[in-house]
Amino acid sequence: MKITQLSLFIENKPGAMTAPCKLLADAGINIASLTLADTKFFGVLRLIIKDWEQAKELLEKNNFAVRLTDVVAIEVTHEAGSLFNILAMLDGTDLNVEYMYAFAGPNSKAILIFRFDDPDTAVNKLANAEGMRLLSHDALFA
Amino acid sequence: MSTTCGQFSHPVSAMDFMPRERLRMIQTENLQHMVDISYKNVPLFRQRMDERGVKPEDIKSIDDICKLPFTMKSDLRDTYPYGLFASPMKDVVRLHASSGTTGKPIVVGYTKEDIEDWSYAVARCFAACGVREGDIAQVSYGYGLFTGGLGAHYGLEKLGATVVPASGGNTERQVMLIKDFGVTCIACTPSYFTHLLEVADRMGIDMRELPIRVGVFGAEPWTEEMRAHIEKKAGIKAYDIYGLSEITGPGVGCSCGCGEGLHIFEDLFYPEIIDPQTGEVLPDGEEGELVLSTLSKDAMPMLRYRTRDISKIITEPCACGRTIRRIAKIARRSDDMFIIRGVNVFPSQIEAAIMKVEEVLPVYQIVLTRSHGLDNVEVDIEVNDSLFKDTVSGMEEVKNRISQAIEHTLGIRVFVHMMAPNSIPRSEGKAKRVIDKRDLNEGL
Repeated sequence: MKITQLSLFIENKPGAMTAPCKLLADAGINIASLTLADTKFFGVLRLIIKDWEQAKELLEKNNFAVRLTDVVAIEVTHEAGSLFNILAMLDGTDLNVEYMYAFAGPNSKAILIFRFDDPDTAVNKLANAEGMRLLSHDALFA
Repeated sequence: MSTTCGQFSHPVSAMDFMPRERLRMIQTENLQHMVDISYKNVPLFRQRMDERGVKPEDIKSIDDICKLPFTMKSDLRDTYPYGLFASPMKDVVRLHASSGTTGKPIVVGYTKEDIEDWSYAVARCFAACGVREGDIAQVSYGYGLFTGGLGAHYGLEKLGATVVPASGGNTERQVMLIKDFGVTCIACTPSYFTHLLEVADRMGIDMRELPIRVGVFGAEPWTEEMRAHIEKKAGIKAYDIYGLSEITGPGVGCSCGCGEGLHIFEDLFYPEIIDPQTGEVLPDGEEGELVLSTLSKDAMPMLRYRTRDISKIITEPCACGRTIRRIAKIARRSDDMFIIRGVNVFPSQIEAAIMKVEEVLPVYQIVLTRSHGLDNVEVDIEVNDSLFKDTVSGMEEVKNRISQAIEHTLGIRVFVHMMAPNSIPRSEGKAKRVIDKRDLNEGL
């Protein structure tokens, strides 16, 4: 139960984000969530998109370096302690969170996106936990 | 002679296999003719000969070539445009000129016979690369004042190949021609071919699935690593062709696919290796500056021209059976060299270091800057699918591995800068690898 995230290389300079975002906007592609990692000279823009295949093709055709990454999407109740519960469950395992981000979903839910060093082990571990709702791509965009 | 080599002999290559003694006789005769007409018609040459106390009759054999004065690139500039011509203009049927980066270009001329000899030399090159009648050969060198396009064109026609005179530029159309015309051989600069491969990729065309089987690349130094990359990516055999307009253009020498290095067509061009500092001729096998003399060029004989290309003469007989000697592949020019904090650096060293880390050569450029009196080397590398990692730490790791490999080779710190794809300008001719932004008067 993993979903696909698009990662995009961009240089750290004014206007660098405009070009990919304009491409997506013109094609009517909506970004469900995103995060930007930045260093002094470059950045990695990570995107969760419903039609990621279409977005990937479009971006590659326009000379962007695009990479697909498996991430795990978990739906939680949008309230204090939800994230902590998940992290507590991972304590004592070797699993490492490389990065994560989150966005608010409908009906007082929040969606947490995790990039684990070992996504498959993470999925196995979390899927069996009680009350944990891992989202498939279709469920995320339902 | 192995079977792979055997297939490369062709009637046009007969002179390549001549007994050495006979070759020496031809060389001697031809050199004497070159010296005669130069002494008679080129004031600069006569003056230098007189200063040295050498007369044309002192040239008794090809070995006496070392008595002759050198010709430098500056001599061509100083005598611009026709000062080194030995034939009257009525006999000169063609002019070519190099793009001068500083001031005036250099001009070279050809008589009808010179064009014949040049075409013949180029035909021998392509024959050595296994190109034949029936091959469809695309020439993607620029046609015009540059010798590359027309030089390759005439040679290929002489050989009887079907020539596609694509010239440079419009890369997507070039890929289309290769595919639609069933091109089997391409001639261009190695850097332009890597660009072509990149564009073909983007167009969804896999060169390995097309009939193209031979690439004859030249006009700029390139490395064995780049050859391996091209051969693998395009599914072709990549050959090296060498030449320079001052001597004739492409066709001075060529690799044959059997042994390392490039055969020099010694009946037409005589190679020597010298110590660039002292001008002294070095024994075969030692590395130094390549000096070339034309042995059959009437419009503009070029005697002991200092090419600034670094090479050495390979004396071991080649597996192909050619008797003409070889020079080592030219991976660097003393012109390309830059000095950074007292260290001599050739772009090819940086290229080889990058390829130690990455199997595929990314598009790169070397930028030299100076701040507070200190020179810095920045290597800009375009991120491609294999270089791009999703995490910052992953990117930093790739960057560090590359900069360490370069530092290990050069012994100086370099700053590697990851760039967006397609942000470094592509060359349609010779790649511009080094951008020198150093203001030598900085701080004054």
